Amino acid sequence: MAYTSTWQKFSTRPAMPRRGLIARNPSVLYFLLALAAFTLGVTLLSEATGVGVLSTSFVKTLGKTLCLCLVAVAMDVVWGYCGILSLGHFAFFGLGGYAIGMWLMYARTEIIVAESLAASPIPPTGQEISEAIASQIFGVVGSSELPAIWTFADSLFLQLLAVVLVPGLLALVFGWLAFRSRVTGVYLSILTQAMTLALSLYLFQNESGLRGNNGLSGLQNIPGLEDASQASISIAFFWASALALGLGYVFFAWIVSGKMGSVIRGVRDDEARVRFLGYHVEHYKLFVFTLTAVVAGIAGALYYPQAGIINPAEIAPIASIYLAVWVAIGGRGRLYGAVIGAAVVSLMSSWFTGGGAPDVNLGVYVIQWTDWWLVLLGVTFVLVTLFAPKGIGGLFDLVADWRAPHRHEDYGPDASAKRAEEGEE
Amino acid sequence: MTLLEVSGVSVSFDGFKAINNLSMQIGEPELRAVIGPNGAGKTTFMDIITGKTRPDEGRVIWGESSVSLLGMNESRIAQEGLGRKFQKPTVFEDQTVRENLAMALKNPRGPFSVLFYRKTAEGAERIEEIAREIGLTDHLTRKAGELSHGQKQWLEIGMLLAQDPRLLLVDEPAAGMTPAEREHTTDLLKRIAKTRAVVVVEHDMEFVRRLDCKVTVLHEGSVLAEGTLDHVTKNKDVIDVYLGR
Repeated sequence: MAYTSTWQKFSTRPAMPRRGLIARNPSVLYFLLALAAFTLGVTLLSEATGVGVLSTSFVKTLGKTLCLCLVAVAMDVVWGYCGILSLGHFAFFGLGGYAIGMWLMYARTEIIVAESLAASPIPPTGQEISEAIASQIFGVVGSSELPAIWTFADSLFLQLLAVVLVPGLLALVFGWLAFRSRVTGVYLSILTQAMTLALSLYLFQNESGLRGNNGLSGLQNIPGLEDASQASISIAFFWASALALGLGYVFFAWIVSGKMGSVIRGVRDDEARVRFLGYHVEHYKLFVFTLTAVVAGIAGALYYPQAGIINPAEIAPIASIYLAVWVAIGGRGRLYGAVIGAAVVSLMSSWFTGGGAPDVNLGVYVIQWTDWWLVLLGVTFVLVTLFAPKGIGGLFDLVADWRAPHRHEDYGPDASAKRAEEGEE
Repeated sequence: MTLLEVSGVSVSFDGFKAINNLSMQIGEPELRAVIGPNGAGKTTFMDIITGKTRPDEGRVIWGESSVSLLGMNESRIAQEGLGRKFQKPTVFEDQTVRENLAMALKNPRGPFSVLFYRKTAEGAERIEEIAREIGLTDHLTRKAGELSHGQKQWLEIGMLLAQDPRLLLVDEPAAGMTPAEREHTTDLLKRIAKTRAVVVVEHDMEFVRRLDCKVTVLHEGSVLAEGTLDHVTKNKDVIDVYLGR
């Protein structure tokens, strides 16, 4: 047998029949079914489209949770699959929120200003309207000029483009600089934290042109939908979030399956080895980092209209750390783990900190969960890291193990490793 | 034809000269064994050729068009056709034997071609063929981490074959193998060396003897002797280095 170089022909050969993504990853189907059932259930129970058991604010909470699940899935791809512990993905999430928030706020203010000026005897000029909008939005920071970054704020299309491009370009430039210098591991994590902190501090300044610590508000009022009730808007955003999560999940399941998944898991486990196989590791990291940042931006753009307000505190470094904690608790390296982690921990967090959890009276001391929730979360994180590194998602392995044939015995002699004779040339 | 030409290469780490004015030529096809005591610079030599370590001076020239490998990074050099097998078997333990081989298979290496890559019948055949050669046919669906040490060695050799390189750098291929497996390894290496260049770094003299090829002895970062095994083992300097003065 000779090793001939016939590889170039490969690309022209017919592709092998292949099984679909769902057939190779049954968990994708189960996830989509669960998501569909959940969406249907919430729809039937909501105020706008169902019996009204679920309040509008709770529907919003659930819709926001779906967005958090989407950014957690992105985080899982970049960390759990590619091994890059980015502590900055919530910054991309926030940037997506700011990008859509600018349009929401501008367009809404424009309508209000136009209405109030319409009553005046002389019809207002475009200049007057524009100045009135600026002083409405920026009066709170003592300015009446529209900053340059608001140039395109009147265009929904351009701001939607910004939802994708701003986080994407930031991730591309940051990632290119960091990966090219082969910054890895904890150093990269620190660098992403520094980026997040710098961004958040910058946004806190009034000069940044995004209303400083006031942030953007009134985002729950969708321009052009003044007549729609908040109940209807909340269920519409809930559906949009569910759709985004479903599409994002399938998209990332496709990314991490097949050969791409093989290479990026290889990068996670032994970067140098992948390099010696001829793969430009930096390109793969940059690809994953940027792609997940874009998805994080989209998730943020769906989240903040439901939250109603975005301010620089949302981008604070701690938010990105929480994101990593959710993924760790849910189980990294599996997409549904990230979803479970984000949903469970973020819902529990709002339950505990929102005063939902009853205080525990120890006689000498009363545990108030609003203060103690972070301690509980921190302890859980440490315990999961130490004793259940697979997280909640690892429970599914127990079920799979139990159903699969027992394979933990000795494998027996390796028949194929011994050859009776050498093959001829 | 000379495939790889290393000339006047030196590198030092914190003042210690790991490689000192080393020159060597590898032809295509050729089988070459590189031996030397611990600290002779065998691994550093490989690191320089594969782009892991940049030398302080000297040249490393590759192929017909005599390109310098020194300006290239590891992945670029691998794409040029240099394959490396590490001393400690390094396979992707979390992935199946088939995935390990598929990743190494010679195909376009860019992220987008990998993302839209579709399995071909040829590729699957090639993987089967390699698996037969390395005796892992029954284990293609097993995780590489479940394999024995010897099987991991074989898998890494298989990955090297899948890369279809022009020059194979093989660091102690027979470590942890049974005598029968060693024999298989030498046969395989000799067969591969009929069409391409193979450089084997090895401690085990018996193994080198069975390779029956030109031997380069390294000592303190430079070439001490070169020739047949019998020739170099009679060399007085080599005897001094190996047996002590």
